[in-house]
Amino acid sequence: MIETVRFWAVIALLAFGLFFTFVSAVGVIRLPDVYTRAHTASQTDTLGAGFTLAGVALALGWTEVTVYTVLLLFFVFITNPTAAHAIARSAAESGIEAWTVDAAEEGEER
Amino acid sequence: MIEGLDEVFLAAAAGFVVLAIVMFYRALAGPTTQDRLLAVNVLGTNTVVVLALLSVGLGEPWFLDVALIYALLNFLMAVAISKFTVERGGVL
Repeated sequence: MIETVRFWAVIALLAFGLFFTFVSAVGVIRLPDVYTRAHTASQTDTLGAGFTLAGVALALGWTEVTVYTVLLLFFVFITNPTAAHAIARSAAESGIEAWTVDAAEEGEER
Repeated sequence: MIEGLDEVFLAAAAGFVVLAIVMFYRALAGPTTQDRLLAVNVLGTNTVVVLALLSVGLGEPWFLDVALIYALLNFLMAVAISKFTVERGGVL
């Protein structure tokens, strides 16, 4: 009984992780400028990686390898938004203008 | 470890690899340096997840060590390049 619940919980976590990483890929390809792309990369990609690593940790159970997976989950959760913030701030300091509807109507490319 | 999930993990790893290959478009075509850096950062996160999935799917625990080091290097790479593309290193 409890094994069946764990089986389907792992599959649900992996499916959620794949879905959020798909959303992140669509956002990074389709959104108009670097700031919106940094936003989608920091939010959905962190959530997708977190769900998938949680699924891996749940499938492994109580072993010493699980400690590595939980450490990896914690580490990705801390560092991924920090890196996206540093990249967005670097874009701001090198003078890249944010995308607006007015600039898009004048035909400027980003 | 639950029986019968190995193929599920390998299939999920294949899905993540496909999404990582899609992300290469932004790394190659991104108009600014920061776009490319962001795409490579997302690619690195995907690589870490693929390594963890392969580790549990193939039953090789030491892949997780590689994933941990890769995540660390990925973070360092993103912060260092975003620091040194700005004049006088004004980030952070």
